[in-house]
Amino acid sequence: MNQRSLFRAFLFLLKRDLIISFRRRSEVVNPLLFFVIVITLFPLGIGAESKELQSIAPGVIWVAALLAAMLSLDSIFRSDFEDGSLEQLLLSSHPATVLVLAKVTAHWLVTGLPLVLIAPLLAVLLGLPGEALTTLILTLLLGTPVLSLVGAIGVALTVGLRRGGIIISLLVLPLYIPVLIFGSNAVQVASTGLPVDGQLSMLSALLALALALAPLPTAAALRMSLT
Amino acid sequence: MQTHEVSTDEGQAVTTRVIGNARSNQSAHSLNVRKLSCLRDDRVLFDNLNIHLDAGQVLLVEGRNGSGKTSLLRILCGIRLPESGEVFWCGKPIHELGAAFHEQMAYVGHHDGIKGDLTVLENIRLARALGKPSSAAIDDILEQIKLSGYEDVMTQALSAGQRRKLALSRLLATDSLLWILDEPFTSLDRSAIEMFEGFMLAHTAAGGMVILTSHHEVNLKGLTPISLCLSP
Repeated sequence: MNQRSLFRAFLFLLKRDLIISFRRRSEVVNPLLFFVIVITLFPLGIGAESKELQSIAPGVIWVAALLAAMLSLDSIFRSDFEDGSLEQLLLSSHPATVLVLAKVTAHWLVTGLPLVLIAPLLAVLLGLPGEALTTLILTLLLGTPVLSLVGAIGVALTVGLRRGGIIISLLVLPLYIPVLIFGSNAVQVASTGLPVDGQLSMLSALLALALALAPLPTAAALRMSLT
Repeated sequence: MQTHEVSTDEGQAVTTRVIGNARSNQSAHSLNVRKLSCLRDDRVLFDNLNIHLDAGQVLLVEGRNGSGKTSLLRILCGIRLPESGEVFWCGKPIHELGAAFHEQMAYVGHHDGIKGDLTVLENIRLARALGKPSSAAIDDILEQIKLSGYEDVMTQALSAGQRRKLALSRLLATDSLLWILDEPFTSLDRSAIEMFEGFMLAHTAAGGMVILTSHHEVNLKGLTPISLCLSP
């Protein structure tokens, strides 16, 4: 198989998943709605006292993003597993890692990217200072793909179980912690006007690591789940 | 075809089956199974199973429900790992060949493997993108399987038989030598079964191989399938 047909398969699968997500909009909108609801409830629950809200805003946004990402994880492989498409993917003449990467990319475009786009609006609602907004977007842009990539490993391991929901959280949450720490810390530091290069570099490194390594165990775990 | 019994140390009878032509054909493709055994939930489904399949042959796997037909087929296509033994394609173990073996194989399992939220056309295109596309045009394939006019219909709106036909159309849409089919005729009507039997005949005449399980009778004119009976 040459490179061109591999690239074609990647794009095809990406497009396929985007089309399917578009046709099943309600499933896609759920995590985004969760994200918006959680964040908008905070000013109501704590009071619009801007000082307090401001100081917890980075953490709130990042925790909500993390939970929203986890909510959406199951949909990466579930329907493919149930209708037999997953067997066909793993039996295709292309490396499973590339196909896994296509599926995770589609998943991020559909569930992660909307969070990144809507986060600045919600940040304003929480009174996050303007100078931290760029950092917030940057950290989410670097961090949410890591959540999808790492989450895919957990889903691949549990897709064969009837109720894998809780196990996924236990498997995946510890791996999410570094992203949460560096992400929310960067935003916090940025709102005080200090440089955040270190945190952003760490997040970039995490993303590079996840991009390069996560598809391998994911593909292997999917093979295991099918057996 | 020979069948002979071998006794193990425990005195338990183990059937060794040597199927097909024992002389391997060097030039053409062949599938070899050596000493395959499979366990499920501590039950032995089959043990010490040997199969040899040459180009142009059809293997019909028979047996009662739960006798391990699906497990065998899944092992042969590489989704499932055997307890012991090995499957060889052209002399090389399939787990070493990986994608190079999958490129030459098409599998239609219990599940149709088509997406309900995609149209008929999108499903066929996807199958082609994932495998090695055949030279047949998609329109011709749809014409052949009597699904033309359904191009833009979501497959979830199709009947079970039509979905099955679409799943089997993968065989025509991709260029694969070895077809592995698990109950391909489920929910197909009489004429559709005859049609796919015709496809199988044409495929084997062109040097392809077919491995299938079926509860329906398989009528391949002029070709007697090698039969393998799994007994638990």
